Order: sequence, then structure tokens, then C-alpha cells
Amino acid sequence: MPKKITIEPVTRVEGHGKVTVMIDDFGNVQDSRLHIVEFRGFERFIQGRPYWEAPVLVQRLCGICPVSHHLAAAKALDVIVGAGTGHGLTAVGEKMRRLMHYGQFFQSHVLHFFHLSAPDFLFGIDGDPALRNIIGVAQTNRELAIQGVMMRKYGQEVIARTAGKKIHGTGAVPGGINKNLSIAERDELLHGPDPLNADKMIEWSVGALEFFKNYHKNNRAMVDSFAAYPSNHMGMVREDGAFDIYHGVLRAVDSEGNKILNDVDYQDYDKYIEEEVRSWSYMKFPYLKEYGPEKGWYRVGPLARLNVCDFIPSPLAQKEFEEYKAYTNGKPNGMSLHYHWARLIEVLHCAEMMKELLEDPDLQNTDLVVRGEKSRKGVGVIEAPRGTLFHHYEINEHDQIEKANLIVSTTNNNQPMNMAVNLTAKSFMDGQKEITEPMMNAVEVAIRAYDPCLSCATHALGDMPLEITVVNSKNEIIDRKVKD
Amino acid sequence: MKKNPKRVLIYGYGNPGRQDDGLGIEMAQKVKDWIEEHHLTCMQTDENYQLNIEDAEKIHEWDIVVFVDATKEAIHEYKFEAIEPDTAKVEFSMHAVSPAYVLHLSEKLFGRKPKAYVLGIKGFSWDMEEGLTDNAKLNMEQAFQFLTRKLAGWAYIKVNLPISMLSE
Repeated sequence: MPKKITIEPVTRVEGHGKVTVMIDDFGNVQDSRLHIVEFRGFERFIQGRPYWEAPVLVQRLCGICPVSHHLAAAKALDVIVGAGTGHGLTAVGEKMRRLMHYGQFFQSHVLHFFHLSAPDFLFGIDGDPALRNIIGVAQTNRELAIQGVMMRKYGQEVIARTAGKKIHGTGAVPGGINKNLSIAERDELLHGPDPLNADKMIEWSVGALEFFKNYHKNNRAMVDSFAAYPSNHMGMVREDGAFDIYHGVLRAVDSEGNKILNDVDYQDYDKYIEEEVRSWSYMKFPYLKEYGPEKGWYRVGPLARLNVCDFIPSPLAQKEFEEYKAYTNGKPNGMSLHYHWARLIEVLHCAEMMKELLEDPDLQNTDLVVRGEKSRKGVGVIEAPRGTLFHHYEINEHDQIEKANLIVSTTNNNQPMNMAVNLTAKSFMDGQKEITEPMMNAVEVAIRAYDPCLSCATHALGDMPLEITVVNSKNEIIDRKVKD
Repeated sequence: MKKNPKRVLIYGYGNPGRQDDGLGIEMAQKVKDWIEEHHLTCMQTDENYQLNIEDAEKIHEWDIVVFVDATKEAIHEYKFEAIEPDTAKVEFSMHAVSPAYVLHLSEKLFGRKPKAYVLGIKGFSWDMEEGLTDNAKLNMEQAFQFLTRKLAGWAYIKVNLPISMLSE
């Protein structure tokens, strides 16, 4: 009878997940799955509420990436109030939102790298679990750990000044923003005392990239082979193919780099993307309709974004991008641990863009909001730190939200994470008599590369009922547990 | 000799969009008003959705930090406990850390740790709604009276409290 090993919860990943590895009588891994309990409570919750409340309400979804939800909702409502998509806003409206978004990206990626990935790089997958956290980093490389903390703080400061407040920010409103950036706020972020200023953030971002590249140079075989597999990739790009995390068109490429979704308007996302339900998971599996669930699934997030874009519109990040692309001879990169490399290039780009925006006098303009002809439906898409995020709202004649549909980044990465888990389990656990801590951590490393936010994916913050069902090869339930 | 008042940070955290999970935030705001009313420049409040690594930098220069959070534990109205640095208490995710972990990080990275306490206030309901439940409000009121007495003691203010501290 196959033996089931359950690893739960997946530590250092937001929310609870459960990984089940099924091992046969000979100790070989038969199959592995990442289960996430999803319920659609949030879409129901928002129905009936006035549409203009959505950008604030959706922040209740998740305390981890509230800015991403805030902006995606605001973008959807831009369409509803007739402000158009993306560039329909005033200059200050779009640029303040972009600054908020870069700040959010920066602090989220920094947390992931310094608190989560760097420990694995410093101490190895088989390192002492007690050291594989930022405390361990501090003991080995105190400066690096301090940089992580201060970079994170800087990103938080950018959010606070653009969103208006740290909790349930109100910066983005349908059709624009509700505040610009004062000269004092600008100067504080641009020229603040070391280390909290824009130049230092760029310098440290370059340093973090160097840290990863050195690790890669010394551990090339492991980094390149760990949970590596070919796949499709999807993300948003600017109309000219540039990397853009705030606005653009949807593009997907296959593992050879051929475009399989050719720069389409995201207002029509439901023409191109469908979500499949599988009996063993509560989280849906999105795929490109044209290619079906078997061949149409895709990766999102840093790796995918650098695979779909043609260039990065900031000089230092572009230079890094060229080196990164050259590593795979211009072909899409399918190596899961290269998510970290891509993530750090994005950190550098965000640091450069924050400085560029802070120097832009448009941020002090006062024409904050635009309005146009109202519409009943709006779709907002942004690239959240973890990948493409869709918000879709429809309203009735009383301005109440009648329908809401959200596809969050982690849901988009559901199939890829399962692929990575399965590959890693086979690679590390096959033929082993005993499951060791390093083996378990290897599975977690594979999942962590995707930086999933299970809280978002399940649309439930904090407590998430977790059901564990154990079945044998005859599909008979041999154990079941529910954790409240 | 006049004693120097302690420099105290009251740090509330939680998600006010999830009913009683907002207890920490609500308390921080209430205490902020009290601090202003008593002109206590040695004290400040702050708030956030959850604690994270950057909070180590925030807390390291204070004499005392009180972390205020909602709790589901089987306690009466509230609990007030001193905490010590702890490396192992990384809460279930990497995206949020415990007060003890923040304290440990403060000591390791910035070479200093304040005295720290957790004020846990019992909550009852956690749905996606704004506003505390009535029972949570009652618990918060009791916790507020307790905390402000503590703060008054740390600030060496002579008001021997109470009536002025009872909230309206």
C-alpha cells in the first residue's frame, strides 16, 4: 500500500498549505500535490456594496499585498467611471499609483529575498533549520540582514506616503488618486539621511543581485537543475513590449519563446483564460483557453515577466536583464530557482523607477481625478509581486457591485507550483527510506521560489480550515483530519 | 530627584477589516488620544497589519514596547505578559513574525532590545466586516484602563488615574 507523507503547514509561506507525497511500497514517489483550501467568500462579500468602496474593501483580503488589490480594484473602477484604462488618468494620477506600486513591489520582493531565500543560499537546503531565517543571516552576514530590514522599511515608507496611510490606504480612487506627493514627502524619500534614500536603495539592490550571482556561480548545477522544467509563461507588458508591472497588454510565450497570447487587451481576459476545477484541490487551475488545461497552463511572476518582456526600461536593470537573457541564449528560462534572480532584477528596476518618479515634478500636480462616460463593467489587471492579478467587477443601475471575479497571482501559479513540488519530491525522496528535514525543506524551497500568498489565494486571512485526507492506492480514505 | 519618564511605544497590529482582528489597531488609536490628552511626549503609538522584520529597527531605540494584538486564546478579557527574544517563534508564514522574533532581531541587528510586553485582547468574531463586536469593545475598555495605568506609571505622571482615564 502506498505510504502518504504529509508536510504541513508549508512554513514561511503565507497561509496554510498542505503537501502530500504519495510513496509506493518500494519507496518511490508516485505523485505529489500541493493542496490549498480555497473558498470564494470574498466575491460574495463584496456583492451589493457601492462600487467606489472596492479599492478599500479589497484590502481586507490580505494583509500581505493589500496595495496590489487596492490598485487592481482601482484600475477596474477607472473603466467603470469612464476614465479609461491605464493611461486614461492624469499624469499625477498614474505616476502616484506607479510609485505606490513600485514601493509595494520593492518591499515585498526584499522580504522574500532576505528573509526567505537568502537563508537557503547561505546555509544550503540541508542547512540547520534554526539558522535558515534572517536571524541566521544576521549571524553570518549582519550587513546583509540590516540592508534587508532597511530596504523593507523604505518600501513601506513609500507606500505610506502614496497610499495615505499604512492600513487600508485610500490613495487610489476610481478615476485617479486622492493625494499627490508633497515636496517635503518627496525630499524625504529622495534625499533622506542614509540609508533611507533612493540612491542607497539602488546601491543595495545592485549588491543583492551580486550576492545571488555569486551564489549561482558557485552552485550552478544545483540552482539550474532544481525544479527546472519547460512551460508557458504569462505576464503583462507595455504596448511596445517593455517590462511594465502597472499597465499594458497580456502576453504569453511557450517554452521556446513563441507568442501564444499576442498582446491582448485585458478587458477581454475571460475570452482567453479559463479556470479548471480539480477534485483534489479547492484552488482552481487557470489555463489559456485556446490550448486547453493540459497544454495551456502557464507560470506567472518574476520569471514569467522576464520571459515575456522584450526589454526593461531602466538602465541598470536592463543591463542585468541582458546578462540574464544571455544565460539561456534568449530563450525562456524554466529554472525555478531563477525566480530569485529575476526577482532581484525587478527589485533593482523598482529602485530605479522610484528615483525617476520622485524626481518627476508631475507628482506635485493637483489634477487628481478624471471622469468620463460610465460603464457597467470594468477589469483591472496589474502585475502583483507574485504575478498577474485580475480584478473584474460588474455593477447594477444602483451603482452596487453585482458580480466580482478575482484571479490572484498564486492561483495563476497553481499548476506550476504542483509541477515544482512533484519534480522536487521525485528528485529528493525517491528510494529513500526515511524522510529527512532537508528533503522536506527541498519541497518547501520549490514552493517558496514562487512566493505564494495562500492567504490571497484562499481569500481568507488568518485562519483557514484545513482538511487533510489520506487515501491509499484504491482511493480509500485511510485518514482524515480537519484543522480549524 | 526627578525620575525620567520611560520612552514607550505602543504598537497595535491586526486587520480592522476582519472585525475583532482590529482590536490592536483600535487600541493603538485610543491610546494615541490618551497620550495627546496627557501631553506625554515620551510615548508614541504605531500600527500595522502585522509585525515584520523592519519592526526590529522601529523598536530598538525605545525603553519599553507594548505589542497589542487580538487573541482567540481562552482567557478572560485580556492578558498582559512580558516577552523575551525568541528565534523559534516565526509564525506560520514568512510574511509575518511574532513579537518575540522582532525582539530577537532587534537585539541581533541593532544591538539593543527594549523591555517588551504583549497585551492580548480577547476577540470573538473574525468575518470580513469593519467594526468590533460588542463583547470585544468591552474587553478593550478593560484592557485600556489597565494599560493607561501602566503608562501613567512609566511616565511618572501624578494623576493617580482612573477617572480621567475612564473612556467616555
